[in-house]
Amino acid sequence: MSVLAYLLAVWVFLIGVYGLVTSRNLIHAVVCLSVCQSSTYVLLLAIGYQWGATAPVFSGIASDAAVVDPVVQAMVLTDVVVNAAVTALLLAIAIQVHKRHHTIDPDRLRSLHG
Amino acid sequence: MTALMIVTFILVAGGAAAVVFTREPLRQAVTLSAYGLVLSLLFVVLQAPDVALSQLAVGTAVVPLIVVLAIAKTRARKRQ
Amino acid sequence: MTRRARLILFVFGACGFALLLAAALLSVPGFGTAQHRYAERAVLAAQVQRHTANAVASVTFDQRGLDTLAETFMFVAAVLGIAALLRRNPDEEEIPPRAHRQERRPPVPNTLRLAAYLLLPVTILVGIYIVLHGHISPGGGFQGGVVLGTAIHLLYLAGDFPTLARLRPVPVFEATEAVAAGAFVLLGFGAMLTGAVFLTNVMPYGTQGELLSAGTVPLLNILVGIEVAAGVVLLIAQFLEQALLLRRETARK
Repeated sequence: MSVLAYLLAVWVFLIGVYGLVTSRNLIHAVVCLSVCQSSTYVLLLAIGYQWGATAPVFSGIASDAAVVDPVVQAMVLTDVVVNAAVTALLLAIAIQVHKRHHTIDPDRLRSLHG
Repeated sequence: MTALMIVTFILVAGGAAAVVFTREPLRQAVTLSAYGLVLSLLFVVLQAPDVALSQLAVGTAVVPLIVVLAIAKTRARKRQ
Repeated sequence: MTRRARLILFVFGACGFALLLAAALLSVPGFGTAQHRYAERAVLAAQVQRHTANAVASVTFDQRGLDTLAETFMFVAAVLGIAALLRRNPDEEEIPPRAHRQERRPPVPNTLRLAAYLLLPVTILVGIYIVLHGHISPGGGFQGGVVLGTAIHLLYLAGDFPTLARLRPVPVFEATEAVAAGAFVLLGFGAMLTGAVFLTNVMPYGTQGELLSAGTVPLLNILVGIEVAAGVVLLIAQFLEQALLLRRETARK
C-alpha cells in the first residue's frame, strides 16, 4: 500500500514521456516535459514524508515535535523554480522555431531538413 | 494511508494524464493550470506548505500564462 | 523514424525503465517511515543553533546558502537567455501600446476590471508578507517574488495594457534584478570580512519566531524576493512583447 506514492511518481513520469513521444506540437511537447519534471517533486516529497509528522515549521508546535524532512522540501523548492525557467526557455525556442520555419509540428520540421 | 491522501494521489495521476491527452494547446494550458492546483493540494497533504505555495504561484499562474502567450504568438502568424 | 516506430520504441523503453525503477524503489526506505538522517541534523541545526522557525528556509538560505546562490543565478541566466532568444528581428515592427487600447476587440467587462484593480494592492501586500515572513512561516523569497511578479499583470487582465507597459520600464527591472542578485554575492563576501566562510550566517540569530531573527535569512529572502519578482516581470514582458506588440512587416503588405 505504501509504495503507492512511488508508483504515482513513476506514472507521472511515464505519462509525460508518452506525451513527448506522441506530440504533434512543440508547445504541447514542452508542457509534457514539465509534467515529467513534476514527477520528481512527487518522488522527493514521498521520500521525505513521515507518518504522523507535521510540516517543518516550528511555530505553534512543540520544539521536539516530529516533522517531515525539510532537506527534500528545499530541493523541491529549487526544482519548481528550475522547471519554470526551463519551460520558459523552451517556449522561447519554440517561438523562434516558428518564426524561422512557420510550423511547430516536429514531424514537419524533420521533413524540412530531409 | 489516509483517505485524503489516496484521493489526492488519484487526482494527481488523473491530472497528469489529462494534461498529456489534451492535444489542443490552448485547452492544455487550462488543464496544466488545474494540474498545478492539484499538485499543490498534494504537497499540502504531504506536509510541505513551502513547496505548495511555490507550486501554486508558479504552476497555476506563471507557467500557464507563458504557455498561452506562446500560443498566441504562433497563432497570430498563422492567420496572416 | 515513423510515428509508429517511435511509439514501439517508447513502449519497450518505458517497460525497461519501469522495471529498473521499481527495482530501485524497493530498496528506498518505505513511504512514511521515520528514517531521515539528514532531516534530524537539519532540524536540529535550524532549531537549536540557528533559531529559525521555518526549517526549510534555514536549509535553503543558511545551511545550503551556496546552492541557493547557484539557483538564483540559474534563474538570472534563464531570463537572460529568453531575452536573447526573443530579441526583435530586423524585419519585425512594433505596434505602440497606445494603439492597443482601440484595437482590443471585445471590451473587458467592468466587473473583471474592478476585480483586477481591487485585487492588485491586496496581491502585492500578500506578496510582501510572504517574502518578509519566510523564516518564521511557510513562504520566502521565491514564493513571494513570484506572487509580486505576477501581481502587476492583473492590470493586463483588466485590459489596461498601456498602464502596465508604463508601470514596468524594462531597463529599470533589468537593473533591479542584477543589483539584487549581485547583493546576494556581496552579502556572502561580507561574511568573509569577519573571518568566516563565504555566505556564513554572521548576524545575530535573535529569538525564534520573531520577525528579526534567524540572522541573514530574512535579508536573503528580501534580496531573492526582489530578484525573482523582477525576473518574472521581465520574463512575462518578453512573451507579452512577442504576442502583442511585434508583427512582421512583410506579412502586412
